[in-house]
Amino acid sequence: MFLSSLLEGLQKNFTIFLANYPALLRGLAVTIYLTIITSIAGIILGTLLALGKVYGNKFISGIVTAFIGLIQGTPLLVQLFVVYYGLPVYGIRLTPIAAALISFTINSGAYQAEYLRGSIQSVSSGQLKAALSLGMTRWQGIFYVILPQALRRVIPSWTNEFIYLLKYTSLAYIITVPELMGEAKIIASRNYEFFKTYLLVAFIYLILVLVFTRLFRRIEKRFAIPGFELKR
Amino acid sequence: MSKHLLRVENVYKRFGDNEVLKGISFQLDKGETKVIVGPSGTGKSTILSLINMLVTPDEGHIYLEDIDITRTRDIHKVRQNIGFVFQDFGLFNHLTAKGNVMIGLTKVKKMKKKEAEEIAMEELRRVGLENFADHYPAQLSGGQKQRVGIARALAMRPKLILFDEPTSALDPELTGEVLNVMRKLANEGMTMLIVTHEMGFARTVADELIFMEDGVILEQGPPEKLFTSPEHPRTREFLFKLTDLYNEGER
Repeated sequence: MFLSSLLEGLQKNFTIFLANYPALLRGLAVTIYLTIITSIAGIILGTLLALGKVYGNKFISGIVTAFIGLIQGTPLLVQLFVVYYGLPVYGIRLTPIAAALISFTINSGAYQAEYLRGSIQSVSSGQLKAALSLGMTRWQGIFYVILPQALRRVIPSWTNEFIYLLKYTSLAYIITVPELMGEAKIIASRNYEFFKTYLLVAFIYLILVLVFTRLFRRIEKRFAIPGFELKR
Repeated sequence: MSKHLLRVENVYKRFGDNEVLKGISFQLDKGETKVIVGPSGTGKSTILSLINMLVTPDEGHIYLEDIDITRTRDIHKVRQNIGFVFQDFGLFNHLTAKGNVMIGLTKVKKMKKKEAEEIAMEELRRVGLENFADHYPAQLSGGQKQRVGIARALAMRPKLILFDEPTSALDPELTGEVLNVMRKLANEGMTMLIVTHEMGFARTVADELIFMEDGVILEQGPPEKLFTSPEHPRTREFLFKLTDLYNEGER
């Protein structure tokens, strides 16, 4: 009885998918685009922030700390609204997708900075000393010795961050970005099958998360340093 | 001006209220091996860190040839000429043995990769590790790690090498292989300044011993003189105690 209704549900899901797959695939593409661009930009921003926080002078380190605190202390949705609805007040008018890219990058950068800061500080201070003793400058030591080790250690945290981003990009539908959730909302408002349409979308997110988690595990293994592999 | 390779002149160093070095002076000539001995916490390792400017002195001067390294702006250029071998090896964990030896050549000396690789292999052969070139630090024993550390210092073709208790982190059965490499270097004419507790090694390899206690040099001279007829009673006490311990270890 239960099984047959489940099967029927799945069948219905599949029918919804078949009826709307161009829109859903378009939404999926936007979701993946948002996630990949913002996580890469976030890594770059996060790395700069982490370096500023750990190796910058008091002034730079203070500014970075305050910035990270501000971003981590406020909801992502609020940040999204500030960028999209707030900035036009100052004459900066952004397209929905640009506003989403900017706010997700800033948000993710702040979190990624904290992950990287932790892993930079977990690399022993003797490593930088050894680099200096070879005649490297401080920055050479940081780039050739500290960062290659710290970046490897941070891959698991960045995997989590990527997965968070993948799911959080669904918030962008609120400012009319036509990503997966946005497309689902349009479909559901037409076919009135709210439950089944959103269930289908949840299922698509789940598949995405599983696929990317696998992919990152591979990357992590590929870059592991012998003797420093993560025990799982 | 002066023909000494290294001159340490009246160096003082304080960490907070703790005065670690109280007016240290000594010289090191080209090709000479000097060993600094003395009780723990008397500032021996601090001297080595000062010579590499990993720590800056409060007073005094240190000259490498004619350059006052306490005043130079390009300290990283000076450091290229001074090798450093660390107690805890200081190998870069993300690089193979060969990569560790090469990185100073490619990144600091801007050498071509192929040329750097040849030098790295040559130096690894010199410390007997040519078959371990592709091993990562975590795959090497302590003694092997320290020999890679020595090869890395040698590859930079330094004017002198500082050894900061190079065998203190090793199991007793592994110290021999490191000391043998160091003995070979001394015989080949490398200039070395060594902090160690290995009295047997100090006695046979050093051209001169420096005995330090409480931040001052109490006595310096040829090892035979310090071991057989020391001028200072503390030197006698310390050397005899350690030599006894060392001999007991031999038995």
